[in-house]
Amino acid sequence: MLENKFMKTIFVLGVFLGLTLISSLLLSQNVFLLRQVKNALQASIERGGKVYYEQCLSCHQVDGGGVQNMNPPLTKTKWILGDKAQLIKVVLMGMTGKTEINGDTYQNVMAPHSDLSDQQIADVLTYVRNSFGNKASGVTALQVKTVRANTK
Amino acid sequence: MRLFSFRPIYGVLFLSFISFYACAGDTTQISNAVVTPAKDDVTIQLPPGFKSIVVAEGLGSARHLTVNSNGDIYVKLANLKNGKGIIRLRDTNGDGKADDIMGFGNYTGTGIDIKNGYLYASSDEEVFRYKLDANNQIVNPDKPERIVTGLLARGEHEAKAITLDNDGNLYVNIGAYSNACQVKDRTKGSPGMKPCPILDSAGGIWQFKAGQIDQTYGNETHYATGLRNVVGLDWNTQTNTLFVMQHGRDQLHDLFPDLYDTKLSAELPAECMYELHKGSNCGWPYIYYDQLQHKKILAPEFGGDGKKTAGEDAQDPIYAFPGHIAPNGLLFYSGKQFPEKYRNGAFVVFHGSWNRAPEPQKGFLVAFVPFKNGKPSGEWEVFADGFAGGPEQVASGRAKHRPCGIAQGPDGSIYVSDDTKGTIWKITYAGK
Repeated sequence: MLENKFMKTIFVLGVFLGLTLISSLLLSQNVFLLRQVKNALQASIERGGKVYYEQCLSCHQVDGGGVQNMNPPLTKTKWILGDKAQLIKVVLMGMTGKTEINGDTYQNVMAPHSDLSDQQIADVLTYVRNSFGNKASGVTALQVKTVRANTK
Repeated sequence: MRLFSFRPIYGVLFLSFISFYACAGDTTQISNAVVTPAKDDVTIQLPPGFKSIVVAEGLGSARHLTVNSNGDIYVKLANLKNGKGIIRLRDTNGDGKADDIMGFGNYTGTGIDIKNGYLYASSDEEVFRYKLDANNQIVNPDKPERIVTGLLARGEHEAKAITLDNDGNLYVNIGAYSNACQVKDRTKGSPGMKPCPILDSAGGIWQFKAGQIDQTYGNETHYATGLRNVVGLDWNTQTNTLFVMQHGRDQLHDLFPDLYDTKLSAELPAECMYELHKGSNCGWPYIYYDQLQHKKILAPEFGGDGKKTAGEDAQDPIYAFPGHIAPNGLLFYSGKQFPEKYRNGAFVVFHGSWNRAPEPQKGFLVAFVPFKNGKPSGEWEVFADGFAGGPEQVASGRAKHRPCGIAQGPDGSIYVSDDTKGTIWKITYAGK
């Protein structure tokens, strides 16, 4: 009886320890994965910043605020934070004509940037979606590839 | 913040006037309130002896302006204010501030000028004129005569700046709907088109009859060509010729990074002043003027490398300013109020740059160039500065105010407009 009780306690303790071990393993795995995703996002943002400097800055400016009446701001607009496919399309095909954003109109010509690679476009858009006060998910090269295939 | 706190006042005034004068029709009284500048406003810096006063503010996108012989100021707006595109400012008590403000005209635009008892104003496609009666009132604010119609406006350089000579002619800028006449505008690797197909109907100055209605392409004289975009222009009564300020081409580094680094691209090309005659050609898009080499340089879209010269058939600028500071207003000073050195000289309003990034932005000021016998007689200097708010606002381009238009009053004072918030300054010389 006593032995039985003892065995039972050992068993319960064993199960408990086992579960703790497994769950902590799983948890650390998750944290590891999360950290990896975060690192990848950070790396994409960093690469995207370089693309922005070379390709976008002269019109959209250092602070992403654009230019009055001419070049649209990249801050807190649905163009940037909304549909990713639409956003990718703008980079690939450029933009002409009057565009209204938050009550103001912008009408300078944006050249197509289809010469950039899928990864470069993904990076620069990830950068823009996470800069100038924006906070949104990243854009992947695969997403750019899909849009590019559909707009050809 | 000041603007937002001001707007409701306008709104209330507007609504109250609407309810009082619902049947008055023609014009809209905007405000009778004396306008006092808010605390956070900028103070513009002027040479010793000059003073400024804020005539009005909160008008929004105040582009060009003109002053009638009785001191009434007419301002053309690029966005409607309470549904009106022209604002008349009147100072009834002589304190320099507008206390009687009304609006008319339901179209937006840039150009405005007064000549021989008529007020001329432009939209981006048309030019209208309004008769002024003996009491300096607009005779029929809702029914102007349409002087010109059907002008090209294709999304880029749309503003139609206007001026008039003393022989019954109206001059209109029709800006090129392009940066450098590439097959694909502003696109890296896209070649320049030669001959540039834009030049037959844009990229120059067109001359119309000041008193003939409904003129269009075909009735006009193609006065000058090879001008990318002109916003500031003025008829110089000393030389009896038209002077214009061209906005130089953009994006040398973006389009040709191997030929121009960001620093050089921020400086080039010059913002040029030209004296025009009938048939003048200023060379756009095939050349640009390099103020560092003092040469007309073949544009890279047409085979240039930053050194090759070209444009033997194109005239030289009469004056060259640094690049990308955006000349939006020009005035030859014919008054007697300012000291001798300013007489017949040119005030040029620089709206401020965007095309200098990542280098710091510049401009946002009124410059002055002295003239003698119709030619520039010295280097340019800053006349009025501080519109942007401070060095930080200049460098970032996040200017509080962007000076745009300039006009001279009957007493020789000058007026400057701002198209960011719509402040109008009056600048007077008070003596030493």
